[in-house]
Amino acid sequence: MENLLNAFILLVNYIVIPATAYGCQLAIGALGATLIFAVLRFSNFAHGELMSFGAMITVLATWALQSAGISIAPLSTALLALPVGIIGAVAMTLLTDRWVYRYYRRQRSHNVIFMIVSIGVMFFMAGLIRFIIGPDDQNFDDGVRFLINAREFRQWTGLEEGLAIRSSQAITLVITIICVAALFWFLERTRTGKSMRAFADNEDLALLSGINPERVVAIAWIIAAALATIAGTLYGMDKSYKPFVFQQLLLPIFASAIVGGFGSPIGAVAGGFIIAFSEVIVTYAYKKFFTYILPEQLAPDGLLQLLATEYKFAVSFIILVLVLLIKPTGIFGGRSS
Amino acid sequence: MKRMLTVLAATTMLAMPAKAEDIKLGVLLGFTGPLESLAPDIAAGAELAIKEVSDSGALLDGSTVTAVRGDSTCVDAGAATASAERLVSSDKVNAIVGAMCSGATTAVLQNVALANGVVMISPSATSPALSTIEDNGLFFRTAPSDARQGEVLADILSDKGVKEAALTYTNNDYGKGLADSIKSAFEAKGGKITISAAHEDGKGDYGAEVASLASAGGEVLIVVGYLDQGGKGIIQGALDAGAFDTFVLPDGMIGDSLAEAIGPDLDGSYGERPGTDSNGADLFAKEIEAAGGKVGPYGAEAYDAAALIMLAMQAAGSSESAKLKEKVTDVANAPGEKILPGELAKGLKLIAEGKDIDYVGASDVEMIGPGESAGKFREIKIEGGKIVTVGYR
Repeated sequence: MENLLNAFILLVNYIVIPATAYGCQLAIGALGATLIFAVLRFSNFAHGELMSFGAMITVLATWALQSAGISIAPLSTALLALPVGIIGAVAMTLLTDRWVYRYYRRQRSHNVIFMIVSIGVMFFMAGLIRFIIGPDDQNFDDGVRFLINAREFRQWTGLEEGLAIRSSQAITLVITIICVAALFWFLERTRTGKSMRAFADNEDLALLSGINPERVVAIAWIIAAALATIAGTLYGMDKSYKPFVFQQLLLPIFASAIVGGFGSPIGAVAGGFIIAFSEVIVTYAYKKFFTYILPEQLAPDGLLQLLATEYKFAVSFIILVLVLLIKPTGIFGGRSS
Repeated sequence: MKRMLTVLAATTMLAMPAKAEDIKLGVLLGFTGPLESLAPDIAAGAELAIKEVSDSGALLDGSTVTAVRGDSTCVDAGAATASAERLVSSDKVNAIVGAMCSGATTAVLQNVALANGVVMISPSATSPALSTIEDNGLFFRTAPSDARQGEVLADILSDKGVKEAALTYTNNDYGKGLADSIKSAFEAKGGKITISAAHEDGKGDYGAEVASLASAGGEVLIVVGYLDQGGKGIIQGALDAGAFDTFVLPDGMIGDSLAEAIGPDLDGSYGERPGTDSNGADLFAKEIEAAGGKVGPYGAEAYDAAALIMLAMQAAGSSESAKLKEKVTDVANAPGEKILPGELAKGLKLIAEGKDIDYVGASDVEMIGPGESAGKFREIKIEGGKIVTVGYR
């Protein structure tokens, strides 16, 4: 019995908790990307840098609050600074839209051109981030680090395996639920949300019924920037803020959005969790798990690992390719990209 | 009668003091190529020792020594061989300080040194492959093999009674090489490496890596990485998940910033880095600066390489490679009086008086096994957020 409990705790500690937190971060990131795709009809390659940019503003605001002695202990000060980061990222997207994307929209450019333009914006933002905060790691999470600490958990329960839940992981989950609920309420219930969906479904029909396209586009950018900042800040709180890891996150984020169906918000959330759980499940080494549940003489010698951890990103690639081959519209039937 | 004369002539020749000669030493380094910026400082180290000995007039009855430079490049084995060939056949050097990079050194050793019976002492070739190469006793090095650090770390582990350890390394040549040498040295001592997994630097999240390390298990986690890169991420992740409490840290992981970043949880972890308690390095630094040079990587080792060749000549009573090769290990190791940089004349006189010397030199030379420096390593532990020196190995 104790062995089974140990095996259970092991999986929770190393698979369920990290994959849930990671899935939440991917889900919020993918929601932003999918929203831009639905409304503006292009894959925004600058989304990763947008996450980084928003998180950077949050980090700077956190430092300002910290030096002013303002805190909401035991919670992280970064949560208080989050609105500032969101405003910064919103300003950034609205300005790039005004100065860059609007020109191409007026030209009625092809989506491929938009995509290439977004790569240019990505490089610009990466340069700006490097210029402002530099390429190094920044630690800004000052809240209580653990809800449950592995060592203490072992002492309480007397089990061999520890269970650790970082407060940043719990916060990630709570904020994700709030964001997703609020976004769905906005899209389903409000007039603006409905007009956005109408615009996404059929641009010409929406224009005919008097929906202002510039307003819809602006709102899409605002929501995407807010979500990107939240995702970036949560990722930075959970790990540590490294300005350039967000570029690497772009692949799993796009994979999440495409798996669920590009342009479908519910698909983005589901896709985020599918990608996160498959990455963790496929690269986990099950040796210890089977040592617990199997009788001693059957205990495995090898690591029982499907894929070495270096190939973690390959998992999202494989899923992406499989989805595009088998069901290009994604599980929830978005548009094929 | 005739035979008696021959014997007489032979004995007088033996009894005759060796004649002062003009000895030439090749300084074969990568003056061009990818490491050309390092070569001048290394050459300066060797030439400092050569000048010191030559000026003293104490070597083999006042023989003079001159350095002849040759370019081993670093990557072009053909150019290195041609350059060494020129030193040996045209300049007629008695022995060679060099070559610089491991690849060039192997080529010169196999194509030139072995064929002509010339002693080579490399100041900077660190490839483990050179430990087992066929050399007829002609090849030495004053730089420790890369495999040495693995052995030292394995010694520390088995002294602490560790039986099983997990290992993770940064995914490059340094990480892989050191990880392999730790693994083979530890397993030779009866320990077990449960997993040897690579990690990439510069990632945000090391949860997956930590999970597979934790699943493999072990009493300690050996982290062959960089302290402000993936190595730190792995340690932080392992502590967060409660996977490991004690970490074993080789040279790339040792620095104050690690203890600061991780905090009190790092206490109790231990490791090693190259380091010595001898003051030879300081003496060498003063000398080379007085001579108008500067201390660069492997300059001290080059000084020692040249010094060992000349001390071995004195001990062998001959400047011939075939004879001096037998004496290199003798003059480098105990017993005998310790010789530091700047004391080469004293060492030569002691040898001439028939006394033993133990050449310590600038890099604390101790020759082991197949004629290579053991290297000195500082064993450390983390205590109260500080790096504390435990001892030297």
